[in-house]
Order: sequence, then structure tokens, then C-alpha cells
Amino acid sequence: MNIEELASRLLNQDKRALARAISLIEDGGVEARALMKRIYPNTGRAAVVGVTGAPGVGKSTLVDGLTAYYRQQGLRVGVLAVDPTSPFTGGAILGDRIRMQERGTDPDVFIRSLASRGQVGGLSRATGDSIRAMDAFGKDIILVETVGAGQGEVEVMRYAHTTLVVLMPGGGDEIQAIKAGILEIGDILVVNKADMEGADRLVRDLEMMLDLGPESPWRPPVMKTVASRGAGVAALAEKIEEHRQYLISSGGLDRKKLDQVSSQVEEIVASSLLAEVMSRARAAGTWQEVVDRLSEGTLDPYTAAEEVLSRHGLLSEEG
Amino acid sequence: MERTIRVLVGKPGLDGHDRGAKVVARAYRDAGMEVIYTGLHQTPEQIVQAAVQEDVDVVALSILSGAHNTLVPKVIEGLKREGLDDVLVLVGGIIPEEDVEFLKKAGVAGVFGPGTPTSEIIEFTRENVKRK
Amino acid sequence: MDRDEKRERREVFMTVSGAPIKRKYGPEDVADLDYQRDLGDPGCYPYTRGIHETMYRGRVWTMRQFAGFGTAEQSNERYKYLLEQGQTGLSVAFDMPTIMGYDSDHPRADGEVGKLGVAVDSLADMEILFDGIPLDKVTTSMTINAPAAILLAMYIAVAEKQGVSPRDIGGTIQNDILKEYIAQKSYIFPPRPSLRLITDIFAYCAEHVPRWNTISISGYHIREAGSTAVQELAFTLANGMAYVQAGIDAGLDVDSFAPRLSFFFNAHNDLFEEVAKFRAARRIWARVMRERFGAQNPRSWLLRFHTQTAGCSLTAQQPEVNIIRTTIQALAGVLGGTQSLHTNSMDEAWALPSADAVRIALRTQQVLAEESGVANTIDPLGGSYFVEALTDRMEREAQEYFDRIERLGGVVAAIEAGFQQREIADAAYRYQKRVESGEYTVVGVNKYLIEEELKIPLLRIDPDVQARQIERTRRVRRERDEVEVRRCLRDLEEGARGDANLMPLILAAVKAYATLGEIVDVFRTVFGEYRERAIF
Repeated sequence: MNIEELASRLLNQDKRALARAISLIEDGGVEARALMKRIYPNTGRAAVVGVTGAPGVGKSTLVDGLTAYYRQQGLRVGVLAVDPTSPFTGGAILGDRIRMQERGTDPDVFIRSLASRGQVGGLSRATGDSIRAMDAFGKDIILVETVGAGQGEVEVMRYAHTTLVVLMPGGGDEIQAIKAGILEIGDILVVNKADMEGADRLVRDLEMMLDLGPESPWRPPVMKTVASRGAGVAALAEKIEEHRQYLISSGGLDRKKLDQVSSQVEEIVASSLLAEVMSRARAAGTWQEVVDRLSEGTLDPYTAAEEVLSRHGLLSEEG
Repeated sequence: MERTIRVLVGKPGLDGHDRGAKVVARAYRDAGMEVIYTGLHQTPEQIVQAAVQEDVDVVALSILSGAHNTLVPKVIEGLKREGLDDVLVLVGGIIPEEDVEFLKKAGVAGVFGPGTPTSEIIEFTRENVKRK
Repeated sequence: MDRDEKRERREVFMTVSGAPIKRKYGPEDVADLDYQRDLGDPGCYPYTRGIHETMYRGRVWTMRQFAGFGTAEQSNERYKYLLEQGQTGLSVAFDMPTIMGYDSDHPRADGEVGKLGVAVDSLADMEILFDGIPLDKVTTSMTINAPAAILLAMYIAVAEKQGVSPRDIGGTIQNDILKEYIAQKSYIFPPRPSLRLITDIFAYCAEHVPRWNTISISGYHIREAGSTAVQELAFTLANGMAYVQAGIDAGLDVDSFAPRLSFFFNAHNDLFEEVAKFRAARRIWARVMRERFGAQNPRSWLLRFHTQTAGCSLTAQQPEVNIIRTTIQALAGVLGGTQSLHTNSMDEAWALPSADAVRIALRTQQVLAEESGVANTIDPLGGSYFVEALTDRMEREAQEYFDRIERLGGVVAAIEAGFQQREIADAAYRYQKRVESGEYTVVGVNKYLIEEELKIPLLRIDPDVQARQIERTRRVRRERDEVEVRRCLRDLEEGARGDANLMPLILAAVKAYATLGEIVDVFRTVFGEYRERAIF
């Protein structure tokens, strides 16, 4: 299938085309770039909500609950389940669909799982472009779920307009979240499994932490949910909408979108440069030479990089 | 760069014996493939929709309930209806010899019975994936 | 001796569970063992050697072959055959729709009706299933978990129709939902309401059905899912403790229900490891019940168990070899002091057993009981350096698991965190790799292969079974008193929302011929449905 045909099918809401488009995006080749150029004008309409938190706090169930809520409102929903934790082999097991299986057969719900494929920044780029593909397809709202385990989801979450950080009582994962800097990215803090012991205490602790934090025109609200029973989900969705309205009225939404797109340009430039420099270095034999000297122990990595850049890159001109 | 093979591992039907499905999922992962694990108690339609949305190359079904002759053709019909003719469909589980023929006629590429080494399943998958 | 003579066949010798085994065991390995404290005579605390003073010299174990398929009529015929062949107890297998709480005409049941067991939709099916079988004369084990209360209610109703008082019926329901979340995955409702159904059964039976074993706390399925022997032991006993705690939390006196708890273990290939597992199980349970839960009645301290040989050890290749595997496994159960035993049939890797294959499996038990002499004395391996050392190690390693589960917040919290599931999946994958590398031999699979055609006669389920079953259930729905059924289901829903004991309400509903699916739907509405996390 050529790119033009794929793009027009995607814009005509052909699910298979969207699925295939996301695969191309994941593979990250020239075709993906051509596709993105073609569909970019059709993006920018969807609301993007990020959902992150430690394993086991009930993110998938919450996403499932929000999806059900938005469907009742007649909105078309896209879900991206992003797993930044996959190991070295390149392989991954993605199991987030399990909690959403009933929703998966709704023709207006599209769920896709993304794994990291080893390249630095690859998952982040794939996530950003997959969100655009879903947006261009006509999704009204896109939920991006990612497991909170460190830097990975912070990268991913910058594509979200509104980020939910999900916690649960017990287990002290709130401490983990603070350490990992996850709490800071939350526009809304969600205490899920709020029927468990310690929920109120966790809410109080979070409120106290927010009191100590810097003054901000949007103070992240702390919401309680029991996602497995759907409790609190409607109120949460209303809060998400409130945050969106705040972003729009404060100009924050446009700022966010501009930040995203300009940092993406930066990324594209960086990765294109990297690819170009590396392919020249390989072709000219510089790469092999550097590797050989590294293995002999006669070269340090810093000097090695400088040599590659000075022969094939930009360092020669700049300094 | 070689494209990453995406495999849906799912259990249609009501039986919950997921030992085999989980072992196979891990083996696929360790072989560098991406596994979409859809879990237990799936209806054929849930599997078909997951296969569409996840754009998988392979649908690997594990069935130990004896309902394979009912469930597998429903999955295959659904895949065809959605235009996924190029997806490799594999079945693992307790499948009597005479049913193997039936399933292959229905469009199953490979049937793997008890005692099959995972290396054999992976090799078969690599060799027979239709979209390269 | 030179080096070569000291060299052994392999660097490490391991059990099938991957536990290392030393070249020899001696007095130093049992130096801490105190006979009275750690073993005790048979029938004496802590019951390591057995729960009865006479054991098989008094009465051999109950030979209980699990069976059920197709329609109630077909299963009824098989039960009568087995009783004629000398079997001493019935064991009912239900089909997947029944186990998952769907009537035969539910779309999700399509293709599964009568396949892995018998389909029971309503009391009408249960009446046929036990037709001509006097329920005061046989004991019946029913392998049913999430909807256990409903099937028990149907059994009670059938007994009453035969004129047999519930006080005089005996048997077991599996009713062990925790291991479903951990291993077998035939759950319907979330853990907490499921535990409530279980404690309702404890309370009801203590009062009305005193000879009924209200739960069969099962390691069998945990092992089948790929666990090690220690995991089977530890997770099962941890579940047992969770049930006892749930009963106590529900306000029951521990001695009112603990004597009716029973266990169900797997017997796998490694003879000594299995025997040690059974012995350790009895000792741990006795100590926990007396010391932790303060049970006063010695019957509460006894770990009574059923054993089934390991289905997962059976091979589709060279199936006759399965008879030998089963024999060794059955021997482990007997040497371990089991109260009842199911021996698998050689064709069970492929399908439900044929009548001939079941007969051989039953004969295996009869040879053990009556020809081999192993039933002549109690705990013949007791005092073996090796077996005692293994028994100790099992107990120690199980304790480590109990501690880890406790740190996670108890059994239910650990399940929700996926702890046990992950431990088992890891063990299953390790085992698979050992088999594929040839490190562990499976005769006929990775060694000693032959060219063969699989020619075992297989029991096939008549495809008309589903249609006939659906027809019967629809007829039941047409002919019953619909007003009465609706009233019963409304009462049931109200009871489920409150905290009434649900057993009498379920009993009333089944007597009105409300179907299993209708009753389960009431609970689905009130309790919700459980969905697992992906655990790898």
C-alpha cells in the first residue's frame, strides 16, 4: 500500500489503515515521515490525556472507566498503552488490553499497545506521532497510559495536555512517585482504590505536599476513584475537562502544543543528524577505526566522539 | 532494519489454563518479538478487534477446552471480514489429530500439541510470517 | 580413589522442581529432629506421620476417579459403571460454562457445553445426574469453585427429593477461589465477595450439612500451572490460612468450621520430594491451627487431603508410559498418607478418559492397595535421613513464602499484586527451558523418541449434546413457576446487597428451578466481575 493511499484511508476512518500507520511510525522509517507530513494538517483537534503511575495502581482499569464514560458522551476514544520498560532483547509482552477487553469491540474505540524498541527517544517519538495519527483519524479524546517507572513516562507524558498521576493507598508508592519526579508532572492526582484503608490519609498527605509546593494558577486537584466499580470516574472526567478549559483560557494549550511541536523538530533534527553522521562515519571506515582503537584501549569515548564529529560532523566548523 | 514481528497471544473460550500461553508469550519475547497478550476468556470478536488495532503479524491461540472447532473458525472468519488475510494463525493446545485437518482447512497455518518445544513454534513463526 | 571414579553423571542433581539434592543424607541432616515434637506417632500431633492411628491398616484410601462429560444422562451412566467397578466415591467434573456461571444457551458457552465435564444449568440436570444413586450411601466430590454454593444447593435439593436429610449427605465442594486467581483462572467475582460466599457456606454447613467438606483447598492446580513443589505447598497452605482468617473475621468459632476443611494436592514425578511435601503440609497445618489460630478441637488440626496424579506430567507421546508415571505418582500419594486418590488415565493429555483407560487407572490404585504391601505399615519412609531432611526443608521454604506474602499485605493483596502468579509463571518457564535444553528428561518427548501414530481411542463428545442441553434448559424455563423464580432472584439480590447468609436464598432459588446462569447474573450485578492483570 502506498503512503498516499494509506493516508487517505486513515483520514476516512479506516481502522486497519490507522493500525498500519502506527506500525510504520513505530518502525520509524522514511515512509512514516512521509505519512506524517501528509496527515499533519488534519491534527490538532483531539484532547490528549496522559495516565501514569506505578504498576498495579489500576491505570488500565481507570483508562477503561474513562473510556466508558467518554463513550456515553458520544465521544470517539483512542487509547495508547505505552510500555517504556521493555528489556534489551527487543522483545516485549504488552498486556494492558486485558483490562479493556470489552471496550475493544466498540467500533468507536481504538486501543493500541506500544513498546520501546531500544532506540533512545524512539518510544517518545512513536508516541507523539501515534497520537497525531489517532487525532487525524478523528478521535475526540486520546488516553495515553504509561507505567510510571522513571524518566520514560516523563518523556512520553509531555505529549499529554492533561496528565493524571495515579496512586493507591498502602505500599508507599507515593514516596516512590515523588522520588521519581512523577508527581510534578501531574495536573490531576488520582487516588485510586479509594475504598482501601489509608485512602484518606494519602489524600491528606498529597494535599499537604501541594501546600508546600510552588504557587501556581492551577493547583492540581486530588481526586478519589474506585475504578473497578466506576466510582469517581465521572467527577474525574469533569475535572479533566476543567483543566482543559483552564489551558485554553490561559493560553497554556497553545503554548503546550507549540512546545511539543518545536521540541519534536529539535528531535527530528537531532536524529537526522545522528543518522547522517553515523552513516558517513561508517562508509568512510572512521567508525571501524574508532571501534578498533576503543577495543585496544588506546582511545577514550570522548575523544572518539570528537574525532567522528570533526571528520564527518559539525564540530570541525564550530570549534 | 528488520521489522519487529508482532504476535497476539490469546485464549479464546472459557478455560483458564494459561500456563502454555504464558510460556509461549515469554519465548516469543525472548526471541525479540512483541507480544500482545490479550489474556483469558476472550470472545472471538475481541481477538479479531485486537488483531486489527494492534496490526499483528501473527495470532496465536491457546485452547484447552475442546472448543477449538467452534472458536477458531469464528476468529478466522472475523479476520477475513476485517481484511486481515495476511495474518498467520497458529493454534496450541490439546487438539486431536482429526481436528488438526479441520483447523488447517479452516485456515490455521500451524497446530502445536502438548510437548512442542517453544523453539519449534518460534522457528515456524519466523519462517511463515507473511508480511516481511 | 582417583578423580574419575568420584565424578558424577552431572554437576547438580535436582528434583523436578529444581531443588538441589545432595549425594547422600546422614545423621547430620536430621540432628535437630525431635521425634515427639517434629514427627509424632501416627494420629498424634503434629501428625507428620499421618492423621490416623491405624491409617491404611484400618481402611485404605478412598479411590475416587474424577468423571463427568456430556449430558447428565451420560455422566450418570459413567458413575454407575465406576461404582460397579469398585470405586468408593463419586467425583463430578463440570463443563466450562457451568464452572464460569453461564447457562448452556449463553453465547459464550457455544462449543464448550459438555466438553470438559457435565453441563448443569438447573436442578433438573442435577436430578438426572444422581438418578438412582442413593446420596446417603455415596460421598460426592464436586469440582466447582466460583458457583460452588449453587451446585451444593442443588445437591442438597436432590437429596431432599430422595428423602435424604442434608444431615446425612457427605462429600466435598472444591470452593477454593483463591487458587483460581493464582492458578486456574476460573474466577467470576472479585476476591472479597467471593470470600463472603465461602464463609456463608462454612456457617450454613456447620449448622445444616455437618458431614460436608466445605472447601478443598487446592494445590493441584497451582502445580499444574507450573509451580514448584514448595510453591504448591506454600501457596496452598497460605490460602488455607486466609480462609480460616476469613471465617474468624466473619464471626465464626474456628472449631465450628475448621474440621470440615480439606486439602487437595498434586502428586508429581519426584517421589521423595512429593512424600516430603505431604508430610510437611500436615506438620505446618497442625502447628498453624493450634498455635496461630488457637483451635482447641484436635480435628481442626488435621490436614486431610485428596491427591491427584499430575496431569501436566502426562505426555501425548508414547501414552502408555503415562501408566508408569501415574503409578509412581500414586505411590507418592500413598506413601505421603493421602485420604483419597485419583489416578490419571493414560489418554488424559489428549482428552477426557475413555472407559478402558479409566479402568486401568483404577486398577493401578488397587494394585498399590492390595498387592504391593505399601499399605501394610504407616509412613514407611519416616526416619529416612533424606525424607526427613527434605520435609524440614519444605517446611522452611514454605515459611519463607508465608513471610513474603505477609509482607505484601496477605494473600489477597499478594494476588492483586500478581506475586504468586509471577512466581508460578517464572517456575513454569524455567521448567520449559530445562526440558528444551535436555537438562530434565521427559521420556518420549526429549529423549527415547519413536516414530508413532497416536492411536488411542478418544472419547468424543457428541456434538448434539449442546443442542439437547439447550433444549432441556429452555423447557425448564418454560415449565417452571416464573413468578416464584423472579421473587427468589429478587430476594437473592437483596440478600447479596446486605449481609444475610446467602445459602438459604440460593437453595430457595434452585428449588424454584432458577438456573445457574440466572443466579450468577444476580451476583455479577451486585459483586462485579474480576479481571486479572497481565503477569509475566
